Amino acid sequence: MSADITTSRPTPRPDWFWHLSLIAFVAGWWVIYRQLIPFSEFVTGLFPVDRHSHTGEAIAFFFYDVPKVMMLLTLIVFAMGVVRSFFSPERTRALLAGKREGVGNVMAAGLGVMTPFCSCSAVPLFIGLVSAGVPLGVTFSFLISAPMVNEVALALLFGLVGWKVALTYFAFGLGVAIVAGWVIGKLHLEGWLQDWVRDIHSGATAPDETEGEKLTMVDRYRLGIEAVREIFGRVWMWIILGIGMGALIHGYVPEDLMARIMGADAWWSVPAAVVIGIPMYTNAAGVIPIVEALLGKGAALGTVLAFMMSVIALSLPEMIILKQVLTLRLIAVFVGVVGSGILAVGYLFNFLF
Amino acid sequence: MEIKVLGPGCAKCKATADLITRVAGETGKDVTIDKVEDMRQIVGFGVMTTPAVVVGDKVVHKGSVPSHDQVLSWLN
Repeated sequence: MSADITTSRPTPRPDWFWHLSLIAFVAGWWVIYRQLIPFSEFVTGLFPVDRHSHTGEAIAFFFYDVPKVMMLLTLIVFAMGVVRSFFSPERTRALLAGKREGVGNVMAAGLGVMTPFCSCSAVPLFIGLVSAGVPLGVTFSFLISAPMVNEVALALLFGLVGWKVALTYFAFGLGVAIVAGWVIGKLHLEGWLQDWVRDIHSGATAPDETEGEKLTMVDRYRLGIEAVREIFGRVWMWIILGIGMGALIHGYVPEDLMARIMGADAWWSVPAAVVIGIPMYTNAAGVIPIVEALLGKGAALGTVLAFMMSVIALSLPEMIILKQVLTLRLIAVFVGVVGSGILAVGYLFNFLF
Repeated sequence: MEIKVLGPGCAKCKATADLITRVAGETGKDVTIDKVEDMRQIVGFGVMTTPAVVVGDKVVHKGSVPSHDQVLSWLN
């Protein structure tokens, strides 16, 4: 993505045009964002249903949350796209190579948030890091934090559940990545990599032919816009489906049902949430609207967070991809350690809130 | 000339190969595209993000579907 923007530029506009457009966009965004509640009430009023009936509640929920989430997502994904243009996997590798564990785990978890990452590149990335001398545990910190603490999850949590929960998720997502990576490092499981991976030491020293282009601020804006376009293409359907489901739960599920099944008193609900989350494979966009609706019906925050982390961080398809580089034993340890971390977060939250 | 597209069969990797085929057709250049899907070979080129494009023995692009203009520049 870093290269295709510099070559095709038919009629270059001056830089100030871009900066002004950005300011105008953010201002317009803010004005529209403030009007979302009247908008949703207006749309709900168009339906021939009683506003305070179940159906009315569900419709209002849907028409408030969909535009709200879409708008938040646009802004946050754009901002992250611009920030990420300052990072690259190669740069991350250079920063992490030779770092000691501990400091390395913290840095890796942070860089996992910042580095452009797609799960389809997980294997070459993993090998690139390990073969460059990044310790295994530090590599895991990166690999856990990259999918778990992502801007889509944060934008949706912020929009649907509130900034406190979003911030908490952010902090504890990083925490799980740091601690789980550190534990895996302490176990010294380098021997449990697939044989061929241990023998590779080539990638690290290969000179980087595609590096060397300097990005301007406008290029970075373009990358941000590109990120918005790409992520929307991937998640818009999930958001609508997820919020649709959430709206149904919101309107029709009895108030205390979830409190009984997923409330803080049911001790078994946290492990159950983690186990159920593993085979479920959806992205944050699909699961968070449901999470919000469950919270509204009395499910405990810790249980719901554990479910969310498990769905996002421990997914079967990702494990199948990682099977190419990790032995089954190592994958089992990975699931065990990350799962325990998520459990701990779940219980801690149920205890605190 | 031979162009390698490195990637484990993901959607973007396929899009990259298709784009190169199309551009090659437009320019009338004789290009053979070699899709490298084996992970060992891919990491042997030292790339950390896919799809990546190798012209000759040089990695010229990685991490995204290249632009039309970029493909043109490799063909010439």
